[in-house]
Amino acid sequence: MFFRTLTAVNTASTAMSFEWPWQYNFPPFFTLQPNVDTRQKQLAAWCSLVLSYCRHHKLYTVDVMEAQESPVFNNKKIERKLSVEAIQVVFEELRKKGNLEWLDKNKSRCLVMWRRPEEWGKLIYQWVSKNGMNNTVFTLYELSNGDDTDGEEFHGLEDWMLQRSLQALQAEGKAEIITMDDGKGVKFF
Amino acid sequence: MDRFSWSNGLLEINETLVIQQRGVRLYDGDDKAKLNVGAALLSTHRLIWRDANNHDCCMAMPLSQIIFFEEQAAGIGKSAKIVIHLHPSPANKEPGPYQNSKYSFIKLSFKEHGQIEFYRRLSEEMTQKRWENTAVSQPIPTGTGPQAGRTRAVGIVGIERKIEEKRKETDKNISEAFEDLSKLMVKAKEMVELSRSIANKIKDKQGDITEDETIRFKSYLLSMGIANPVTRETHGSGTHYHMQLAKQLGGMLQAPLEERGGMMALTEVYCLVNRARGLELLSPEDLLNACKMFESLKLPLRLRVFDSGVMVVQLQSHSEEEMIASALDNVTEKGSLTAEEFAKLLGLSVLLSKERLLLAEKMGHLCRDDSVEGLRFYPNCF
Repeated sequence: MFFRTLTAVNTASTAMSFEWPWQYNFPPFFTLQPNVDTRQKQLAAWCSLVLSYCRHHKLYTVDVMEAQESPVFNNKKIERKLSVEAIQVVFEELRKKGNLEWLDKNKSRCLVMWRRPEEWGKLIYQWVSKNGMNNTVFTLYELSNGDDTDGEEFHGLEDWMLQRSLQALQAEGKAEIITMDDGKGVKFF
Repeated sequence: MDRFSWSNGLLEINETLVIQQRGVRLYDGDDKAKLNVGAALLSTHRLIWRDANNHDCCMAMPLSQIIFFEEQAAGIGKSAKIVIHLHPSPANKEPGPYQNSKYSFIKLSFKEHGQIEFYRRLSEEMTQKRWENTAVSQPIPTGTGPQAGRTRAVGIVGIERKIEEKRKETDKNISEAFEDLSKLMVKAKEMVELSRSIANKIKDKQGDITEDETIRFKSYLLSMGIANPVTRETHGSGTHYHMQLAKQLGGMLQAPLEERGGMMALTEVYCLVNRARGLELLSPEDLLNACKMFESLKLPLRLRVFDSGVMVVQLQSHSEEEMIASALDNVTEKGSLTAEEFAKLLGLSVLLSKERLLLAEKMGHLCRDDSVEGLRFYPNCF
C-alpha cells in the first residue's frame, strides 16, 4: 500500500508534467465570486482541476490544511491562494457531485474519488470481460497489484476504493465478493 | 423688619458668602421679632437670616438697603448687638415676614458672640459695595414661612414673572443675533446679482481671458447662486414644498450631472445644492424627500439606491447598460482595475466607480480578485 499526500508531489517527481487549466493563472479564480452564475462556473472549473490533479498524481486522501499549501490551491507564480473557506466550498461541491467523502466530522480530511466506485467497477469489469476471465476468482491484491493488471488504470488502486468498486459491481450482479482465509476475493460473472 | 423679603436662601450666581454666624436673634427696632434664634449670613449682596430649626424660613434684604450701622455693647443679661439703620422699603419689594414696621432700624442680637467679626465684614462689604458690580436679580420668594398661605400664590406669580423676564431676554438676544444674519442675506442676494452680471460680462468679452479661465470662473459663479431658492416660507411645508424643491433641483442639477458622467452621489448633491442656496440651507431629509419625487414628477432625473445602500442622483437618460458596457470596456482595456484606478480614469468618486464595477459584476460582466493587494476587477472569463 502506498500513501501519498498532496504536498508530497510538490517535488514534481511524476514523469509527465501536469497541465494547468487557463484559469489557474487568472487571479479571480482564487477569489470566491459573489455573482451566482460566475461562481457556478468558477466552482465547476475548480472541481475539474482538483479531480484531474488528483488523478494525475493518483491521490485518494486529501487533508484540507495541507491542501491549502499544495500547488493546486496555491499559485506561487501569481501569488494567489484559495482560502480555507473557499476550499471547503469547492470540496462541498465535489461531495455533492459524489466525488468526495469526508473522513471526519470536522471536515479536515476527505477521500477524493476522481472516479466514482461505479466507474471503477465498470473499468475492472471491462478488463475482466476483455480477457475472458469471467467466472474466475481473484484476490483483491491480484487485482490491484498483480502482474496481470500492470498498465491498467486501476492498477495500484487503494484497497478501500477497490472494495467499494467491487461492491458496486456486486450490487449490479456482475461480481460476488468472497471472504477467504487470508483476505478477500472476488468472483466475476 | 419690613425691609426683609422671603428668600430661598440660595446664593445668586455672582453672589458669594462672606460670613455666617449662628445664634442671632432679630429685633424689629427695639422689639424682639416674633422669630426664633437663627443664623445671620452676610453675602456680597445681601443680609440673610435663616431660622435655626426651620431652614425654609429664610429671609433676606439687599445690602443697598442699609444706611449705616453701629455696635451696641453687651451688658448684664444682654447680648452684644449690631443696630442697622435702613432706607424705607421700595414699592416693588417682595413680601416678607412683616408687612409694615414703625421702626426704620433692626438689631442683630448675637447670643453666641461673633459680632466683632460680623461687624468688621459688614463694614468691609459696605465700603466695597460689591453688589453694584454684579446686580442680583430679585430674590425668588419661597412658598413657605409663617405666612405660607399668602406667599404661595405670590410665589408662583413671582416665578412666572421671572420666566417671562427670561423669555423676553432670550427673545431679545436671538433677534439681535439674527439681525446680522438678515443683513448678510441681503448681501447674499446682492452677491448673486453680482455674479450674474459678471457672468454676462464674461460672455461679452470672451476674447479677453482664456477659454479655460472663463469656464472655471463660470463654474464658480454657477455653483454660487440660485436666485430664489424654494424655501419652507415660500412654499409651506410637506409635499408641496418637496415637489417645488424637486423641480428646482431638477433644473440646477442637470448641468453638473452631465459634467460628471450622469451620476452623482447624494452627498455630493447635498453639498452642491447647499452651496448654491447660500443661506437657505436644506436639511438632508428635505433633499432626500425632494429627490424621491423626481420620477413621479417626470423630471429627467432619478434617485437610485445601490445594493450597498449608497444613494445617487442620475440622469434619466443615463442608461445602465451603457454604464456597464463602459465599465467592461475600461477593465478589458487595462486588463484589470481597482475602484480607485477606475475612479481616476473616469474622474468619478471612488464610491461611485466602485458601484459601477459592482453593478457590472452583478450582471456577470466582471469578476473579482480579492487579495492582500486589494479588490481588483477582471473581465469575467469564466
